[in-house]
Amino acid sequence: MIQVIVNGLSVGAFYALVALGYSMVYGIIKLLNFAHGDIYMLGAYVGFVVLGALTSWLSLPTALGLVLVTLVTMALTGGAGVLLERVAYRPIRHAPRLSLLITAVGLSFALEYGVRQIFGPQPSHFPVQIDAGSVHLFGATITIARIVVILVAAGLMVVLALFVAKTRQGRAMRAIALDAKAARLMGIDVDRTISLVFFIGSALAGAAGVLAGAVYGTIDFLMGFIIGIKAFTAAVIGGIGNLYGAMLGGVALGLLESFGVAWLGGQWRDVFSFLCLILFLTFRPTGILGGRVQERM
Amino acid sequence: MNWLQLDAVDVCYGRVQALRQVSLQVEEGEIVALLGNNGAGKSTTLNLISGFVRPSAGSLTWQGQDISRLKPHQLVAQGIVQAPEGRRIFSTMTVHENLLLGGYLVRDPAQIKQRLEQVYDLMPRLRERSGQEGGTLSGGEQQMLAIGRALVSGPRLLLLDEPSMGLAPLLVAQVMRIIAAVNRTGTTVFVVEQNAKAALQIAHRAYVLDTGTVSLSGPAAELAQDPRVVEAYLGGA
Ligand SMILES: Nc1ncnc2c1ncn2[C@@H]1O[C@H](COP(=O)(O)OP(=O)(O)O)[C@@H](O)[C@H]1O
Ligand SMILES: [Mg+2]
Repeated sequence: MIQVIVNGLSVGAFYALVALGYSMVYGIIKLLNFAHGDIYMLGAYVGFVVLGALTSWLSLPTALGLVLVTLVTMALTGGAGVLLERVAYRPIRHAPRLSLLITAVGLSFALEYGVRQIFGPQPSHFPVQIDAGSVHLFGATITIARIVVILVAAGLMVVLALFVAKTRQGRAMRAIALDAKAARLMGIDVDRTISLVFFIGSALAGAAGVLAGAVYGTIDFLMGFIIGIKAFTAAVIGGIGNLYGAMLGGVALGLLESFGVAWLGGQWRDVFSFLCLILFLTFRPTGILGGRVQERM
Repeated sequence: MNWLQLDAVDVCYGRVQALRQVSLQVEEGEIVALLGNNGAGKSTTLNLISGFVRPSAGSLTWQGQDISRLKPHQLVAQGIVQAPEGRRIFSTMTVHENLLLGGYLVRDPAQIKQRLEQVYDLMPRLRERSGQEGGTLSGGEQQMLAIGRALVSGPRLLLLDEPSMGLAPLLVAQVMRIIAAVNRTGTTVFVVEQNAKAALQIAHRAYVLDTGTVSLSGPAAELAQDPRVVEAYLGGA
């Protein structure tokens, strides 16, 4: 039981980290950024490269090295997200929604096959793994890696929640999500704030990518595809556009999958998620926390 | 020198021309009213000054500088601040947070705090409601909040788009008193109104906009006596 819950939480942590970027971007410009899962993949590869470079130049203890690499990766994927928005989305922000969607899908392919071009179609092996063994808790065996994932994700989410709730820039983001014109009248530079949202969302996805590499050991150019869809599902479950909804949706989806797998077997994992997505889209498209439609982010 | 000056301005939305050869001035310390019926082009005029629409002809200057290419946030930084039509309060944020957003470009926390106090002193209802979500306020309170929010930015020119819209007569009078009080503290005001009677009571000068062109202008007291204004905008007499 505890085993199942911890497994669910750690998978849910990945979903939540990626869902946040999905949801924040949707909240602020109503774009379903289908390239967002690939930023997670990009994060794993950036981490892979940086970690390789770092371990060959200096010999840091693994834990410190990983923290450093995660921070560098977050900065780089954050920058990549800002760049994508600037060159691909901003010029067509006022075009019909379908153009944006098609652009997002195109970007997704470009990222996937761009990375494949550089690193090849075969999986790469992450140079460092979180492999500190496991602990026994109430009869369950829990790997340290899973605990690390949960703690890191929780930490990042607390920081994000405080940022959005308490700071001037966080308030500006919420203001744009509620009423972009009124936000402009407050003197908010909407373009810059949108860039900031892309930076934060992409940095979180990048962090998730590095963690995935360090936990699962192998990475490949299509690893962002499935998690992109799962994160979208999580965002919808929680209420897309809603910050806490993304966190809640990620964790809920992780747990749901974990219990589903425990009862019915691993082959049911994705069936479960997509059933959830369809049920929510049909019966409660605003998600768990989206009751009040105007409340975004 | 005129603070704000529009000279023979045209504004078009696609093939619809909303303003035609509009010229007007606002000078430091004044309350100037822009009157006109629904669809006359009043909001377009304010959105032009705030940088949301561009003139297709004519010139728009602020303290002698061309401002027709500036973006809305740059105009706020210049002190040109608008409380828009329909209030546009951030409905799920508290009154306090709405006011803080008004001070978005003010970098000195002490100054924000001081201005919040001034707004709360001017409109004590907002102080009582400061922890409440903006969307739960009454129409009159929302209008006060919209004005208060604009004041926190420290405007040099305050633009108001139909502050009386949808308010009961008693509240209209109260909002007009607040606008006059704001003006007495040194803020220049350019107010757009369909309610000519209310606006002419506080304005120094006024312009009448008629399907995109200025048809009349002059001191508010004179316009209030002008038979054309009385007949068209003050409900006969
Ligand atoms: N965004 C827009 N697109 C097209 N036409 C518009 C737009 N905004 C206003 N108009 C037109 O411009 C004219 C003036 O509108 P507006 O400035 O809102 O008038 P007012 O504020 O005096 O009621 C109207 O005919 C209106 O239909
Ligand atoms: Mg109007």
